[in-house]
Amino acid sequence: MSFLPSLESPQTIDVSLGPQHPSTHGVFRMNVTLDGETVTRLQPVFGYLHRNHEKIAEGNSWLAAMPYTDRLDYICPLTNNWAYALAVEKLAGIEVAERAEFIRVITAELTRLQNHVAFLGFVLGDMGAWGTALMYAFREREKILDLFESLTGARMMCNYMRFGGCRCDLPPGWLDTTRKLVDGFPKFLDEMEALLTGNEILLARLQGVAPMTADRAINGGMSGPVLRAAGVDYDIRKVDNYGIYNRFKFRVPRGTVGDCYDRFMIRVLEARESVGILKQAIAVIPEGPVVNPKAKQRGFRPPAGEAYGRIEGPKGELGFYVIADGSDKPYRFRIRPPSLINLTLLEELCVGTKIADVMVILGSIDIVLGEVDR
Amino acid sequence: MNDVLEAIRTALPQAIVELVNNPGPSAQHSLLVGRKDARAVAEFLRDSLGFDFCSNVSGVDWPPRKVKETVLNTEMVDGVEKEIKTTVERDVPGYLEAVYHLYSIRNKTGPVTLRVRTGDRDADVSVHSLTPVWKSADFQEREAFDLFGIRFDGHPDLRRILMWEEFADHPMRKDYMAPDDFEYEPTPHDKILAKVKARTEAA
Repeated sequence: MSFLPSLESPQTIDVSLGPQHPSTHGVFRMNVTLDGETVTRLQPVFGYLHRNHEKIAEGNSWLAAMPYTDRLDYICPLTNNWAYALAVEKLAGIEVAERAEFIRVITAELTRLQNHVAFLGFVLGDMGAWGTALMYAFREREKILDLFESLTGARMMCNYMRFGGCRCDLPPGWLDTTRKLVDGFPKFLDEMEALLTGNEILLARLQGVAPMTADRAINGGMSGPVLRAAGVDYDIRKVDNYGIYNRFKFRVPRGTVGDCYDRFMIRVLEARESVGILKQAIAVIPEGPVVNPKAKQRGFRPPAGEAYGRIEGPKGELGFYVIADGSDKPYRFRIRPPSLINLTLLEELCVGTKIADVMVILGSIDIVLGEVDR
Repeated sequence: MNDVLEAIRTALPQAIVELVNNPGPSAQHSLLVGRKDARAVAEFLRDSLGFDFCSNVSGVDWPPRKVKETVLNTEMVDGVEKEIKTTVERDVPGYLEAVYHLYSIRNKTGPVTLRVRTGDRDADVSVHSLTPVWKSADFQEREAFDLFGIRFDGHPDLRRILMWEEFADHPMRKDYMAPDDFEYEPTPHDKILAKVKARTEAA
């Protein structure tokens, strides 16, 4: 084999990107074949963070799986909690307390806000705007994490939802603090947009990079913001009407060409819609118990059967497929991880682009490795 | 679910499809599809019924188990007909199952649950891959192959995804036993210990 380049056979080079790489958002590896700077092949390698969450959950009681769901997508623990609680509530036919439904919507939308804000910071970091944008984003995210801490006792490992409701009621003054934060949030989004969206370098790095057609996105199993950026009108909050989302007015933003810029902007627009939902929910939250008193938590034995429950997580469709055999442990506990499945089309998107764009494309999909590898 | 079943039966009369009842309150019933017909049924669901989105692919392990059934028999006891309940134990052979949750993004309906079963858990573990129908099944079928050992025929790239290539077993199976030490490898000490053991035994 000759290492000298020749005109007949262009020289390609294999590069291993990651697993320890600042732009892979964790321990994720891509085996990339390069022709010059152009990507000709890309193979993702998973499993560095694999701890077989599903097996652990099948060896524990139904409730004991709840804190483990925090560790899936550790940026958004409260939506993970909700997805699991929703699947089990479907499985056992448990009704959720009215006040808890509102708390769930409020915490889930706060989670979406802080996820999308952190996303803006991360993507800017991937593009080389290292530090500054991330610090602006994390300043706002930290305020929301403070709210989570005062509510659940933990910034990130919340373990807050229970079957039929939530673990504890809102602390005094929590709603007022949240209202103040939510009212001030559009100002921060305006500031972020003014700084970023007109920026010439940002536009050059994002616009027209790795577009995705709607048909391809649907067939490839894309979900959440990535699917809607490709122009598909599909939001599980609207379609399934889980929880009490049918009581709130909000729009579903959509992209047109599904390139990195659409995937970037859709997060900003979704954050604005989340602010709207939060304002409506905080205004009308009723008093009452936060957990259905009939729902059993410890020693919980759902009847035999199976259920698939899914929610619109900040990263996409987060689903839990549970099978019960009448015992106190799940017979089968399966997570549908949006982060992993949104990577299905990564190779298609990256082939033909420059190596520097791979990081931006990966960043624009928004993954968390705790959920990819489980 | 029943109209989906009827539509499949009308369009593909030779395909084996039956309804699997879900006894729980969720009432999400599923369709058990014959192994050979899975691909045809999947293509029909995608192209004619609009189920364009394969959301979730999951493996399930069902080891061999005994099912207790109560059977009513009528017997003549002292000239009077009596119904006698007898409990019969029936052996159910083990199998692996691939479960697909389908949604329609176009019509905003779903889920339709497809189940495909393998013949047994050791030798006859092949089912048709549905990745050519829905690209989203790609990584998830690899995961079911990795963790359960279901072979998906026709999958473009069937390799282990989460465990490492040299790993031999399938950890999500119910009878899987984790080794005491994952990182065991023979060291020079093992040879010395074996020599010592042989010497002491000879002496």
